[in-house]
Amino acid sequence: MRKKYPNITNKLWSVSAIAAILIVWQSVCSLGVVDAFMLPSPVRVCRAFVSEFPLLMEHSAITLAEGAVGLGLGIALGFVMASVMDRFDVLYQAFYPLVVLTQTIPTVAIAPLLVLWFGYEMLPKVILVVITTFFPITVGLLTGFRSADPDAIDLLRAMGAKKRQIFFYIKLPGAMGQFFSGLRISASYAVVGAVISEWLGGFGGLGVYMTRVKKAFSFDKMFAVILLISFISLLLMKAVDRLQKVCMPWERDLRQETN
Amino acid sequence: MVVLKAEGIKKSFGTETIISGVSLELHKGELVSLLGLSGSGKTTLFNVLAGLSVPDEGKVWLEGTEITGKPGKVSYMLQKDLLLPYRTVVDNVALPLLIAGTPKREARERAASHFAQFGLEGTENKYPAQLSGGMKQRAALLRTYLFSEKVALLDEPFSALDMLTKSAVHQWYLGIMQQIQLSTLFVTHDIDEAILLSDRIYLMTGRPGRITDEIVIDEPKPRRKDFNLSGEFLSYKREILVRLGGGPRLSET
Repeated sequence: MRKKYPNITNKLWSVSAIAAILIVWQSVCSLGVVDAFMLPSPVRVCRAFVSEFPLLMEHSAITLAEGAVGLGLGIALGFVMASVMDRFDVLYQAFYPLVVLTQTIPTVAIAPLLVLWFGYEMLPKVILVVITTFFPITVGLLTGFRSADPDAIDLLRAMGAKKRQIFFYIKLPGAMGQFFSGLRISASYAVVGAVISEWLGGFGGLGVYMTRVKKAFSFDKMFAVILLISFISLLLMKAVDRLQKVCMPWERDLRQETN
Repeated sequence: MVVLKAEGIKKSFGTETIISGVSLELHKGELVSLLGLSGSGKTTLFNVLAGLSVPDEGKVWLEGTEITGKPGKVSYMLQKDLLLPYRTVVDNVALPLLIAGTPKREARERAASHFAQFGLEGTENKYPAQLSGGMKQRAALLRTYLFSEKVALLDEPFSALDMLTKSAVHQWYLGIMQQIQLSTLFVTHDIDEAILLSDRIYLMTGRPGRITDEIVIDEPKPRRKDFNLSGEFLSYKREILVRLGGGPRLSET
């Protein structure tokens, strides 16, 4: 109960900050300080959002599908890589630098290549999403595996546990927290990654929609789609939080106890 | 009947010999302490007895079968309770059964059937973080017991508890040991604890560590209430202090 009060004030501050920015933005537009076609007012953005809503939903479905498939494969890949690198130290030494290297390649630079190699369909988008999402998962899981308490591992060894049992009883559950931190980042990367790959060629999706409205100088629709992408990312991160609470009931029970 | 026996154990790390020529015996239902100063190699000896590390010399037998370097035979409990935070208490306690291949439901039922005896009733579906320090050690001891009813190795299991909790846990521990008759080798650096709980005490001193003395505590169990304030208790304590103090000089010769 005690926690509730500061929570409300926290939200109050952030909500008033957003409101203040919107008011300044709207007045700058209404007073004609900036040309209307350069910077559409919040009201016009909202109107564009409503009128374009059915079209936006159609494109969202495509982007979300690419993001979801890519994220799913990214999780699977991250899982396999982290487990294998944890099990065999040689592979860790060999591949960890390479995994880090893949993250230094700018997404925008590699996307056109993927289009050239794999065409305009879904495949290059999914591949790009996999490249951007597997990394936080791999690193999160690997850190979790490696931070397992050596005494706990010794205890299980003393009980006669095999390596596989140590993995499933200690390492994997102990890495859940870090896994979900990684997943939260990956979930937002998935949408952004899909959008970026759609910019460079494709037949549908929010990225394709973006390039179209940009060419038509419809800045109000541009803002509407940006808003939508942020909203989807936030929603996904919230969903990850929910999933974490379901999958890690011991943390939830603790919080109830202390409240 | 000798349950656990070790003979001529030597273990070095690099050029430094940690323990040398250590032999000991543990009889059925007996509680024996291994008392020594910090750095006398108690934990190294424990890891050898638990089969976690292989000694350079010497052998370990469990009920006549050699188990040197073989984990999974002798159960083991540390100062840290090492209850896994993401498993409920009953699932933590059932862990050794699960590792041994017992089906999940049966393991849980067997674990739960001991909860009342160990004073843990009602905590089955809680998580470890919701228990007090003393309760966590009880759960850890039950887990140790379910792993092996033959021998338990306890490495300073109560040293992280505050004095009052520790005293209550000692009373409880003596009571439960009376019931389950678990043969126990108990590492401690707390002289009072060793005298209060043990049937026999091995003193470990020197560098490399050796067993330099053996003291039998000739006091019936359950202990009388004021045993730890009695003259006998103090004379045991004086004797141990003298012999421990003589340790370093012994090892120099």
